[in-house]
Amino acid sequence: MSRPRPEPVQVIKQRRDAALSALVESVPYIGFLGITFERRGDEVTSTMHFHDALIGNPMLPAVHGGATAAFLEVTAVITLQWFHLWPQFESGELDVEAMTTGQMPRLPKTIDFTVDYLRSGLPRDSYARATVNRSGRRYASVQVAAWQDHKDKLFAQATGHFLMPQDRAAEG
Amino acid sequence: MADKTQLARQFIEAIPHSRALGMELTEIGDGRAVIVMPYDTKLIGDPDTGVIHGGAVSALMDTCCGAAVMSHPSAPSSTATIDLRIDYMRGATPGQTIRTTATCHHVTRNVAFVRAVATDDETETPVATASGAFTVEIKR
Repeated sequence: MSRPRPEPVQVIKQRRDAALSALVESVPYIGFLGITFERRGDEVTSTMHFHDALIGNPMLPAVHGGATAAFLEVTAVITLQWFHLWPQFESGELDVEAMTTGQMPRLPKTIDFTVDYLRSGLPRDSYARATVNRSGRRYASVQVAAWQDHKDKLFAQATGHFLMPQDRAAEG
Repeated sequence: MADKTQLARQFIEAIPHSRALGMELTEIGDGRAVIVMPYDTKLIGDPDTGVIHGGAVSALMDTCCGAAVMSHPSAPSSTATIDLRIDYMRGATPGQTIRTTATCHHVTRNVAFVRAVATDDETETPVATASGAFTVEIKR
């Protein structure tokens, strides 16, 4: 038994990092909120870097519930799309070079999104990770959790349903 | 009434995140609030279509629901979101202002229940609806 020689590590890293950053940079609102993504293998974690425009209650101060909701939704959509596209760019079916020049596959659309606010968001960086619990041909269900200082002390969590981009050709 | 609206408007505009999103409170009173958010390219969530990100709509819904709670006759001194569910019916048409109306339809000693609807220029079909529970803090 022989297996094909694995690709050099730099090639793999470059492709995956380029795919993730192309995906993230294609959405203006992600930049507006100051959200970045970090990757380890196929696992992604997002960070919403604190800045004054995120404040909802200037007295405390606390992060705006709407900014928290947006952070969770951004994390859910990007993570869902990331896992959706992964087999495509890993196999070479999807050209990462084309993605970086703006030819992006269409994003999933949010059907509904429910946020639980567990404690107030402090004026500091927030982190989030999403889990795709089901991803079918048409619908997907995603859960997302966000924390600040302690990974086990969530300050918000959410669950949402998404409509997957439909292949135009398949629709006839 | 005019003073109350003026005060509420200043209150909303003092929220940095709401100001960053360009929100403007146009009506408030008796547990009902209306907030508008003009279209802006920095809020785009779908680069293909130019449709605003759901997160920006969430922020608008959350702010509007909170304002509705604050304007309820029971006069809470402050409020915070416990949970908020948003249903997205369709993408808001690019270029159009989004207008949200929130109604605080029931208040107990500790919890306020709120519903909201968002529309664009086509007012017949909603862009999104929301329903949520908020805390109620009453000054004693």
